[in-house]
Amino acid sequence: MRIALRVVGYGLLAAAIVLLPFTLGEFRVTQFTYVGVFAIALMGLSILTGITGQISLGHGGFMAVGAYVTAILSVNHDVPDLLTIPLGGLVAGVVGFLFGFPALRLAGVYLALATFALAVIVPSVASAAGSFTGGTAGILLDLPTSPIGRLTPDKWLYFVTWGIAAALFVLALIFLRGKRGRALRAVRESELAAVSSGISLANYKTLAFGVSAFYAGIAGSLYAILNFIVTPGTFPVTLSILLLAGLVIGGAGSLLGVLAGAAFVEFLPLYAGDVLRPVINAGQRLGFPVNDVDPTTPGVPSVVYGAILLIVLIAMPNGAAGLVRRVGALTKQVYSRQNPSESRVTP
Amino acid sequence: MGMLVAFAWSEFFQQVVFGLAQGAVYGSLGLAIVLIYRTTRIVNFAQGEMAMFTTFICWSLTTNHGMSFWPAFFVTLGIAFLLGVGIERVVIRQFEHASHLTVILVTIALFVIFNGLAGWIWSPEQRAFLGPFSAKPFNIGGVAISRQDVGVIVVTLMSVILLWAFFRFTKLGLAMRAAAIGPDPSRLLGVRVGWMYALGWGFAAALGAVSGMMVAPIVFLSPTMMQAVLIYAFAAAVLGGIESPVGAMVGGLMLGVGTTLLGAYVDFVTGELELPVAFTVLVLVLLFRPAGLFGRVVVRRV
Amino acid sequence: MPLLELSDVTARYGPSQALHGVSLTVDEGEVVAILGANGAGKTTTLRAVSGTVSRAGRLLLDGKDISRRSAEGVARLGVGHVPEGRGILTELTVWENMRMGAYLRRGRAVRADLERIASEHFPWIDRRRGQQAGTLSGGEQQMLALARALVGRPRLLMLDEPSLGLAPMVVQELFRVVRRLNEEEGLTVLVVEQNANIALEASTRAYVLEVGRVAVEGSSEDLRRHEGVRRSYLGY
Repeated sequence: MRIALRVVGYGLLAAAIVLLPFTLGEFRVTQFTYVGVFAIALMGLSILTGITGQISLGHGGFMAVGAYVTAILSVNHDVPDLLTIPLGGLVAGVVGFLFGFPALRLAGVYLALATFALAVIVPSVASAAGSFTGGTAGILLDLPTSPIGRLTPDKWLYFVTWGIAAALFVLALIFLRGKRGRALRAVRESELAAVSSGISLANYKTLAFGVSAFYAGIAGSLYAILNFIVTPGTFPVTLSILLLAGLVIGGAGSLLGVLAGAAFVEFLPLYAGDVLRPVINAGQRLGFPVNDVDPTTPGVPSVVYGAILLIVLIAMPNGAAGLVRRVGALTKQVYSRQNPSESRVTP
Repeated sequence: MGMLVAFAWSEFFQQVVFGLAQGAVYGSLGLAIVLIYRTTRIVNFAQGEMAMFTTFICWSLTTNHGMSFWPAFFVTLGIAFLLGVGIERVVIRQFEHASHLTVILVTIALFVIFNGLAGWIWSPEQRAFLGPFSAKPFNIGGVAISRQDVGVIVVTLMSVILLWAFFRFTKLGLAMRAAAIGPDPSRLLGVRVGWMYALGWGFAAALGAVSGMMVAPIVFLSPTMMQAVLIYAFAAAVLGGIESPVGAMVGGLMLGVGTTLLGAYVDFVTGELELPVAFTVLVLVLLFRPAGLFGRVVVRRV
Repeated sequence: MPLLELSDVTARYGPSQALHGVSLTVDEGEVVAILGANGAGKTTTLRAVSGTVSRAGRLLLDGKDISRRSAEGVARLGVGHVPEGRGILTELTVWENMRMGAYLRRGRAVRADLERIASEHFPWIDRRRGQQAGTLSGGEQQMLALARALVGRPRLLMLDEPSLGLAPMVVQELFRVVRRLNEEEGLTVLVVEQNANIALEASTRAYVLEVGRVAVEGSSEDLRRHEGVRRSYLGY
């Protein structure tokens, strides 16, 4: 029964995604395409954080890798856009895999530190390696065209993105089930226990990083194509943080959570002011001398989502059931078909 | 060999002094991080943004409220202290029993909030920050040494020494150390451990403010001003051993001098690459000597 | 009015209940012992008083209700609890530990008092002031913990298994100090001990706990002759 509900749920979701571009204008379609891009990145981050319990503050950096690969290949070497996507993912994946080696020596905090540093470094390296990356000016890509006559470029990109997202989602399900999935979850639960039951920690942590970076790389490639420009400033550290925040706020670990998180990442900067407005009004009524909030004021979105993140973190249960465990538990429900009776109703 | 630029002693000293000044800034922020880590076992990712925010407050005091630098400096220290105490008591305390990773996310949320607040209140544009030190250099043995650099080194070291003296010689300082070492036995001795933590955050915030106000004249005041400094500060803290205050300062100075000299004498290392170099140091230290230069090794065989 | 009064006190560690209604009193100037097997709830009883375990029931110190007080709060009322494991601040020096014992006290006399207690009862402490407390032997740490608690001039001194892991001679010395302080300065002591022999020797009254309740109580004299106590705890 639960399985049937799930299937119906997925089906409806899929239908909604497919029909969406035909009901909206070009601008909105592009926005939802970005949502798809972020969903891919968050899927990767979810695999890493939600399951292996490792935190990454540097996924914007892996996105940047994928983006630059795409930009360089398509502009300097005339490689067709679509082909660059898996390549972007692969390069990012390799970088992530290599990062995974030192990652095995680092636990929790130190890893967060190192990935944070990575996120801050990437723009510096990108502008310094001018010959490859076009320095601070970046690389300008060609405008995307649609090979299918009936679909405008924006719709074409939308379907490419969501198609890739769907494929990667299925890939994630397959990857996480069975032996590897159990191993990864074991890493999160207790490294000590995992080692003593014969799982090679080194391999799995590294693998998790590599796969997660692969996803981010693909997201980055798509981002480059959508954005048609890649500069060192395209993936600032604040994006890496926003991605992680999106994962937490979206209630990550479940598909719906990832989608919610992705929507959050895309739409928050635009609607932060609107979220703040009722708070400001209430403040005014209480007598505080607060002015009207202009959503375009830089900094407002950050304050809003930082506050939301704090509220979400406070509202989560404290104690032994830390945040990441909750994420892992939710992930278990979606990605594990072993005990359908344990799962909640919606995916 | 075009790698090494022509060598002159006077320039070398100037670079070393500059490096020490940079290092003092990194070290004091690193020390703030170590302070919070030692007392509450939390790595405060928001340390840099809090420092930046309080530096903006100092700027505002001098620009909008007509204060001269040194009074503004001390008022800012007070404000920073209260801000640190306030954050610990109001926000961090909610997460007393949360997992380490949750707390990291909390400090990241604070990072984001302070970053956003600064941009909102004062706009993200860069602006000049007039320090208290005149541009006239000292003349030592024929070499022109920047007064600014010396001033930064002196102010930072004095702040650090004052703090050290506080911890070493006062009753409250002893109680704070006790609370950090053994919160449970300390409670049995009547210590209000929660408030000790809050004071730790207060002092750390004040130190961060020193760091920010010293570096602002050089890098120009902007909401992103302390992000790179934070990386250096982390690198310094890790290099010195994350529990060692002395280590953080020494690590910071080493990093400052090291990266400056590398940037000055090695062609390949442009200004922009100094940070990635620091990052590489950070990762290498974490890999091969996670206890840092001064820390004790905690064996983690997994 | 007794200095300490417990009525029907319960305590729990998470879901499991450790005390099922303990009632006892300690009068000023007494040395009272709590005996019992492992897991009987002896340590938990002390923790209930010092506020380091979740507890319910009537707990009065000097007539004041302490059942809701935090650990710091109970300490501030004059309860000196030397816990199981001693609670030595290992990274501080011996003397810094002593100074922490006097944390709640103010005034110039404190410094002199510290010196006096050290020289009168624990002369070796003076010689090892600068030594890091973590490098002391088990016996020395226990003595230091006791000294530290005394420095706070507590109304009530609570000792949790002071003899644990100590050589017999050290145990004798420790209890000798406690006896002396009780006789000379009227120090009130509540001591939890597995070593029933020495506990009964040093105390005027005692309670025997079993499974979180008081099973037997009375003067130490009487308990030494009590059939059940002799068999189970005194070994003869």
